[in-house]
Amino acid sequence: MSTDAILTFEEAMEKYDPVLGFEVHVELNTKTKMFSSAPNVFGDEPNTNVNEVDLGMPGVLPVLNRAAVESSIKIGLALNCKIAEACRFARKNYFYPDTPKNFQTSQYDEPIAYDGYLDVELSDGTVFRVEIERAHMEEDAGKLTHMGGATGRIQGADFSLVDYNRAGVPLVEIVTKPIEGAGSRAPELAKAYVAAVREIVKNLGVSDAKMERGNVRCDANVSLRPHGRERFGIRSETKNVNSLRAVEHAVRYEIQRHAAVLDSGIPVVQETRHWHEDTRTTTSGRPKSDADDYRYFPEPDLVPVVASREWVEELRATLPEPPAARRKRLQADWGYSDLEFRDVVNAGVMDEIEETIAAGASASVARKWWMGEIVGRAKNADVDPGQLGVEPATIVELSKMVEDGKINNKMATEVLDHVLAGEGTPAEIVEKRGLAVVSDDGPLLEAIDAALAAQPDVADKIRGGKVQAIGAIVGAVMKATRGQADTGRVRELIMERLGVNA
Amino acid sequence: MAAINRDDVAHLARLAHIEMSAEELDRMAGELAVIVDSVKSVSEAAGDDVPATSHPIPLNNVFREDVVGHTFTAEQALSGAPDSIESRFKVPAILDEA
Repeated sequence: MSTDAILTFEEAMEKYDPVLGFEVHVELNTKTKMFSSAPNVFGDEPNTNVNEVDLGMPGVLPVLNRAAVESSIKIGLALNCKIAEACRFARKNYFYPDTPKNFQTSQYDEPIAYDGYLDVELSDGTVFRVEIERAHMEEDAGKLTHMGGATGRIQGADFSLVDYNRAGVPLVEIVTKPIEGAGSRAPELAKAYVAAVREIVKNLGVSDAKMERGNVRCDANVSLRPHGRERFGIRSETKNVNSLRAVEHAVRYEIQRHAAVLDSGIPVVQETRHWHEDTRTTTSGRPKSDADDYRYFPEPDLVPVVASREWVEELRATLPEPPAARRKRLQADWGYSDLEFRDVVNAGVMDEIEETIAAGASASVARKWWMGEIVGRAKNADVDPGQLGVEPATIVELSKMVEDGKINNKMATEVLDHVLAGEGTPAEIVEKRGLAVVSDDGPLLEAIDAALAAQPDVADKIRGGKVQAIGAIVGAVMKATRGQADTGRVRELIMERLGVNA
Repeated sequence: MAAINRDDVAHLARLAHIEMSAEELDRMAGELAVIVDSVKSVSEAAGDDVPATSHPIPLNNVFREDVVGHTFTAEQALSGAPDSIESRFKVPAILDEA
């Protein structure tokens, strides 16, 4: 596989102005599929959540899921869209084994929601308005696994295996208008936009919104133009960028790649790109061609959806508190400063902290663990913090153990590592590894006596009133007890031993 | 004559994965042109007061409640498949063709 030339991001920004566009697919969490009564469940045995409609058998008829339509309208309303008085479905015709029908039932010229916007907050608090072109209803496709080939990627595969459990899962595709003016903040805006959409659909309760499960998937369009030119450059579309970090990285990479192409004097190829998380690069999929002539036509098997204004207003009345208002409320409830709260939001752990507090931790304990311990570990592991697998209950348990004096803070962070390594619950790990704080004075006194004997000059200093010298003895005792002693108690005992008043 | 020529038919045939001989393309181009013209005469007959319609019956909002119904077993789902592995349909590699 050839490696594309790239410019540095700074150089690319000096020469060119990026224009972005996003198509975000949101899987709805209805109980059943868009057009069939088969269950909409993730992770089941392949080809068991299907019936004749999902498999596109001859003579079957789709019937629209009312709950999916209502969820779609709610998404439209939350994105400040107009809701169509009436809209239709259309067939998007193509041959690919992810759809057994040889067409995807979608919406074409009549989306259910259109002309909206979303105000996206960047890390420094700047608000950037992203215009929404449309949000339309459609069905998801089956899942292909490419087998064989040297790389295990789609290129070079010998054959593919298809699971249609996902075929027919209700989707809402949210399409932005071209996003201009982001400049060097384009990668950050990309991440913030997808995060905002995810937050909205999660907050509405219409999607599980787990990116690692593909509930929210992003196709990122990037084009560059010289500064000052109005006409857009030729765009590439990077498909299925499936984490917030990947969205940021993919947009950044494509900007750098386009800049190098333009610099060499060749036009950018309008094509699909595949994102590779391992190398943080994209590779060419296929150029846009005749095959993209989808021959849309109105779906004859589904009648139009008419959204009466009464129905729309009924649904509007059920909308939950918008995310921006929710953030304001949470910050007040938790008593975090503006800076503390912004750090939490930027680290992407607001929901996790809320869950941890709901599980019984105090606001300060929850913040200390997520910001102080887990965010750093996630960064090292190169995943989003929520994906590290830390359960709120684990944090509550660890902090309780520290409060009860069973373990100290240092040991608690070690226990967390063991929990993440899959060794069990904190209580099990503390038990198995004998990690309890040594509270019996016997072994402590023994270690203290040994340390004092080993460093008689230090002992003399302390006796003579230089109490700050005690650190050397405490350190030796902690070393001897492998960090399992309570430092406060050790200090007390040393003072007692030397007959010094604290 | 309607604006449908031999190249259009060849393009459609390719999109639809239908193999057509040179004679078939010629014949079909002629036939489709007649069909398209015939359909066109319908739209000429309809005045401005007749809205475009995709469904002849004035029905809308035919919904199903979100209640789980029947499913196939993997065996049933795969019973008509030319090939399968581990409860999944096996298909040829497809990227090169797309």
